[in-house]
Amino acid sequence: MDKIRALIVDDSSVMRKIVERSLRQAGIEIEKVVEASNGAEALAALRDNVVDLVLCDINMPVMDGLEFVRQVSTVESAKGVPIVMITTEGSESHVVQALQAGARGYIRKPFTPDHVKEHVLPLLGKKP
Amino acid sequence: MTTDTSFATRSREEDWLPVLELAVEEVFEIMVGCRVKPVPPAEHRPKGEFTAMVGLAGSLCGIVTVCCDALTAHKIAKSMLGETADTDEQVADALGEICNMITGNFKNKLAGTDNSCMLSVPSVISGGEYNFYSLADGTFMETVMLFEGAPVAVRLQLNG
Repeated sequence: MDKIRALIVDDSSVMRKIVERSLRQAGIEIEKVVEASNGAEALAALRDNVVDLVLCDINMPVMDGLEFVRQVSTVESAKGVPIVMITTEGSESHVVQALQAGARGYIRKPFTPDHVKEHVLPLLGKKP
Repeated sequence: MTTDTSFATRSREEDWLPVLELAVEEVFEIMVGCRVKPVPPAEHRPKGEFTAMVGLAGSLCGIVTVCCDALTAHKIAKSMLGETADTDEQVADALGEICNMITGNFKNKLAGTDNSCMLSVPSVISGGEYNFYSLADGTFMETVMLFEGAPVAVRLQLNG
């Protein structure tokens, strides 16, 4: 895969920038980043943009990350796009819920670019 | 005479303060790129110009706060972003995320609490002219760390 288009979903604009920087530091080349501050905005963004990867927080106002993942299948163009949760919620039950809802990966905050490499690169068909 | 330091006779404060300190140290090292260590709270009181708060509900019920002066809050935000934080909104956002990650990291380190404890989204107060009253009337613990020589206080207050 060459350059990717990523959707980053987090209610913190600071965290969205950190996630984008971590992707670049993990060696992932980015063509475009689309940002959303909650699950509802993210669903709208997916209807307007084709992306290759979604990185999503869980605790957000309006629509949380788990509900967003459950509803992604309603967006035709987003089917099959890997979703990785990046969140402070580190409990096993949250991980299970996210994976059952359709997420493909789970990164706990605080995280390093190495964590991003480990969890994201395989989903893009690259070796970590 | 012997001193019994078994888990059953130690207070939550004794058992959990090192966990809170470790949670703070990890978040600063990983997300801010700076090693911090605890200092005596009585000797290092931050001016509370920025206070970030995250609520806990469920098996742990209470609040975690992170408190520092405005210059320190700006420096933390700059270190996280790798660039100057231009607005107080960005600074508040950064400090709120620090508080969020400390709270989550602390919770995740306590066996048996993580599955049944929820975090609120962060809130941040800026400006020093306020008094903070928490209705959490149980366990209270505090650690103060020096970030670039300035104190950052992290407090946990729990109900019951």
